[in-house]
Amino acid sequence: MTDPLAHRIAPMPSRATPASYPPSSSGSLADILERVLDKGIVIAGDIRINLLDIELLTIKLRILIASVDKAKEMGIDWWEHDPSLSSRHSGDPLAEENRRLRAEVEALRRERLDAAPQSPAEGDAERHEGIRSGDATREGRAS
Amino acid sequence: MNGEPGLTYVYAVAAGAPRLDESLTGLRGVGDAPVTLLDPGRSGSPAPVFVVSRVPAGEWREEALRSRFEDLGWLEDTARAHHDVIQALTEHTTVLPLRLATLYQDDDRARAALRGQQAAFSARLALLARHAEYGVKVYIAAEAATADDIPAEARAQPTAPAVDGIRAEAPAQPTASAVDDPHGEGRAHSTAPTDAPSPGRAYLRARRAQHHAREDRYLQARQAADRIAAIAAPLATHTVRHPAQTGPLTRGENGENVLNEAYLVPDEKAEAFRMALDEAGQGLPGIRIEVTGPWAPYSFAMSSAPAADTADRPDSRS
Repeated sequence: MTDPLAHRIAPMPSRATPASYPPSSSGSLADILERVLDKGIVIAGDIRINLLDIELLTIKLRILIASVDKAKEMGIDWWEHDPSLSSRHSGDPLAEENRRLRAEVEALRRERLDAAPQSPAEGDAERHEGIRSGDATREGRAS
Repeated sequence: MNGEPGLTYVYAVAAGAPRLDESLTGLRGVGDAPVTLLDPGRSGSPAPVFVVSRVPAGEWREEALRSRFEDLGWLEDTARAHHDVIQALTEHTTVLPLRLATLYQDDDRARAALRGQQAAFSARLALLARHAEYGVKVYIAAEAATADDIPAEARAQPTAPAVDGIRAEAPAQPTASAVDDPHGEGRAHSTAPTDAPSPGRAYLRARRAQHHAREDRYLQARQAADRIAAIAAPLATHTVRHPAQTGPLTRGENGENVLNEAYLVPDEKAEAFRMALDEAGQGLPGIRIEVTGPWAPYSFAMSSAPAADTADRPDSRS
């Protein structure tokens, strides 16, 4: 009962105790990207990244999340109303359901990966114009 | 040294400080380039300076950046390098972090930009002196039951006390069980009681229980937010609410992010601020409060009214 090891192993961090404060230099990528891409002072450089490009990236990710949730709900719905899923299979229908959902999630994930690299899709094109370059475009023909 | 064509990359505006240049010795920025100071050209005055490095034009021109910004590996390295320079500076002086990838054709053009906005930079730096930014996020704790666990639980409790509750949602129930029975007898005759709920009903029941637990956690999150507003926020000079973090980058054991705020806290109140946040999370087991920082004042660097910026802007962010 009195396992000596039990006393040596650090207890699980309880939620009531102060969380450890990670130094922000090793902060999570999400936290760092949020700040260096979306916060900070914006100065009109000769080249700079327009905020809109970044927002576009974020919005894409959000759309993906919404789709997966929806797929799950639809999954439950199919399963309730499709007798083939609740009885016919010799295997576990829930496992089957699980497989279908996983396949769907995987398909969505692939869709996103496929979509991501080809940047200038229709709607994106004009936002990418937000990356400005060179003196010529900015000042050369100012007046 | 500057033989190949280069661009001037600006990390931050920094308040002039004695021997600031010495503190940068050995510091490397994006692309491992050495970091230096660029002063406005008037010696002797404590004017704000740019913190810069020279980067190869070929890799940082507009066309190159377009494609590189979609490479998450490159983006991460660059973002961390940018951030590390800024973070290192905060140990020596007050900084206004610049957004990633602010580039000038050369030092002269950067210097012109610095001179042009010197007054605004000075004013902002004065406001931010001896303050640091802290990130405060509230997470709904990750659910114990994952999609994999639900079926397992459902199978482990083959009684049907909650059938009434299910009926409303499953009008197709009679047919479903009629179809279910013949096959069920042939297959699971010896083990399963015949009145066991179908896996579907058990699944729905588990989902409903999960839903209630979830609502409870949201309630706790609201309580946490109220407490943070009541006991931690008064210690801060400014507050900004950021959009909650979602998406693959934030996926993990943290759970769902429902609150994401940044606080600008005077250094002398930093400890009290953290203690207040610890207190805010007490007795709320369904949520987690995460504090990050101290950060350079990224969320407060813009000179427009900081409290109203970013999140509450009514313009189109759709």
